Amino acid sequence: MSRIGVVVFPGSNCEYDAAAAVERLGDQAEFIWHTRTDLDGIDGVILPGGFAHGDYLRPGALARFSPVMAAVERFAATGGPVLGICNGFQVLVEAGLLPGALQKNRGLTFLCQPTTLVVSSTSSVLTRHARVGQELVVPINHFSGSYTCDDETYDELVRNGQIVLRYKENPNGSRDDIAGVANKAGNVVGLMPHPERAMSALLGSADGVVLFEGFLGVPLEQPALAN
Amino acid sequence: MIREVLGREPNSLELALYGVMWSEHCSYKSSRIHLRRLPTEGAHVLVGPGENAGVIDAGDGIAVAIRIESHNHPSAIEPYQGAATGVGGILRDVFTMGARPLAVMDPLFFGELSDARQRWLVEGVVSGISGYGNSVGVPTIGGELTFDDCYASNPLVNVLCCGALPTERLVLGVASGVGNLAVLLGSSTGRDGIGGVSVLASAGFDGADGAESLDDAKRPSVQVGDPYEEKRLIEACLALLDDGLVVGIQDLGGAGIVCATSETAARGGVGMDVDVSAIPLREAGMEPFEIMTSESQERMLAIITPENWDAVAKLCAKWEVRATVIGHVVEPTIDENGRAVAMLRVRQGFDGEILAEVPASSLADEAPLYDRPMSRPADLDAINADDPSDDEPVGSPNDDLLDLLVDPAWVYRQYDSQLFLNTVVGPGRDAALLRLGGPGLPYSERGIALSTDSNPRWCALYLVDRR
Repeated sequence: MSRIGVVVFPGSNCEYDAAAAVERLGDQAEFIWHTRTDLDGIDGVILPGGFAHGDYLRPGALARFSPVMAAVERFAATGGPVLGICNGFQVLVEAGLLPGALQKNRGLTFLCQPTTLVVSSTSSVLTRHARVGQELVVPINHFSGSYTCDDETYDELVRNGQIVLRYKENPNGSRDDIAGVANKAGNVVGLMPHPERAMSALLGSADGVVLFEGFLGVPLEQPALAN
Repeated sequence: MIREVLGREPNSLELALYGVMWSEHCSYKSSRIHLRRLPTEGAHVLVGPGENAGVIDAGDGIAVAIRIESHNHPSAIEPYQGAATGVGGILRDVFTMGARPLAVMDPLFFGELSDARQRWLVEGVVSGISGYGNSVGVPTIGGELTFDDCYASNPLVNVLCCGALPTERLVLGVASGVGNLAVLLGSSTGRDGIGGVSVLASAGFDGADGAESLDDAKRPSVQVGDPYEEKRLIEACLALLDDGLVVGIQDLGGAGIVCATSETAARGGVGMDVDVSAIPLREAGMEPFEIMTSESQERMLAIITPENWDAVAKLCAKWEVRATVIGHVVEPTIDENGRAVAMLRVRQGFDGEILAEVPASSLADEAPLYDRPMSRPADLDAINADDPSDDEPVGSPNDDLLDLLVDPAWVYRQYDSQLFLNTVVGPGRDAALLRLGGPGLPYSERGIALSTDSNPRWCALYLVDRR
């Protein structure tokens, strides 16, 4: 059983939901207060959604300076799996652990709605159990989720297979329909949609399960499918 | 009446306290005699009217706290902040009972969207609910959306909050225990919202000069919200309750500190000394009446024992919530007839000059009650006799029917409706259906269906000519 650290900043609000998704798959979730400086004994880290430090200045801009982020950076550098969901993605981008930036949505309103994601790459801890081209229904819930990056970065993302998830129908104006990206090594992933909200058909979708199973390293019952 | 209560002339500070506490908004002086006729007791009712929220026993060790109120007039003047602070206020009413807020609903009524001012109001109100509700971390799961000319100068912005708590965490807004401390939690106190309950909430917008007159002069009476402060306040207060560090707790809303201190003292039958100089201020030069009646948002009043102060201060520091001792629970005063009277005293320094001294219950519970004159509307018979089925259809009934349909998705898409993984049926349906679960609650397979509904066409506002 893995021990997954769920980082809690003042203003985070999806920490309980992220922990519930981890526990649903049989792993252990542990809240990590943002002032902690170590991640001893932790097997994976989730930065959950919410409004860390009130999203003041801009989303993630203050959270990157929380003491825990230095530990997250060290953890990521040693290959530890790190997942940023929504506000957590914004924090990872601000911290420089993932490339690009997240702008206000095209249309300039908050959007809470289901989206269909298309798996674009399986070379990340989040998508390693999915198939390229697989469609997953996962809700979004954000104001600043329009992914952007310069051309050089974009070419590199494409070349390395770092674009892991795309929107089937672009809700927010993201460049090339990008919904989630990974670092070059594939152990740090960020996405704007909320897979922890897609863990139960009763609540609309269970398509987030395949993503969490990948992240938690749940062994596949059958060998990974070739692309 | 105030002279009778005090047996002397009130000073200007005392008069200001009565002015806000006896406002329609705080005292329900015109509606209370009618509201009293509603049934309020039942096997499942744990807390009826008179507290911050009603609480029912939902079974499985879970109680549900629920409250709905309006924030119409602030929203008519400053739609974003009016609606945002409406959400903030209703959340405090619910978590002050020990409940974690789990859902918000917003019944909204505006004039026709063909009017530019109405579009400004709708967009402002919806983004205020979205901006505050999403950020504070409570899902907005439904409401109502109605457009009619009759709401053009007076939009209705209602807000409901439903929360849940382990039944044993239920706590009331009562001060008790002589020697206990009154601790102000959250934001500092500024000049925002002074007289909000009397200038704004209890005034009519029926001036002949129409909507334009209500803007600028009254805007300073509208409070300004900070959802990040409220989020930390929620977490800190629920943690204080979980750790058993609080004797009583009360939110600060309309009428601010005077309301919270007088209500908790009156309910507990104890006196309260408030040191006006201890209250952290946002700006210099505030008068005692401004400090006592300010409606600065995101504040709570906790009654704690002195032994728990260190633990309370430590927990609040973790959540970056300011905690300041602003008062003491004291013995009731014995009047000349030998009766114990719970006195609210406003002082300059804990042992300093007494600036105001009034019976707490006279502020909180003993406002004058009015039985306003009632009469049958003169045109009611004509309205009843006007049977639309007698008329030949004009134009296309099909088109008329389609015109009645409103797709409110552009509104509820802006609200986080899914947080806490409870939303089985979300906004846009007849009712929202929630699992009854959430942080700190015992496991249960129960659910709760929530809906707000009204028959606006069955109601009308008749203005009485007071001249």
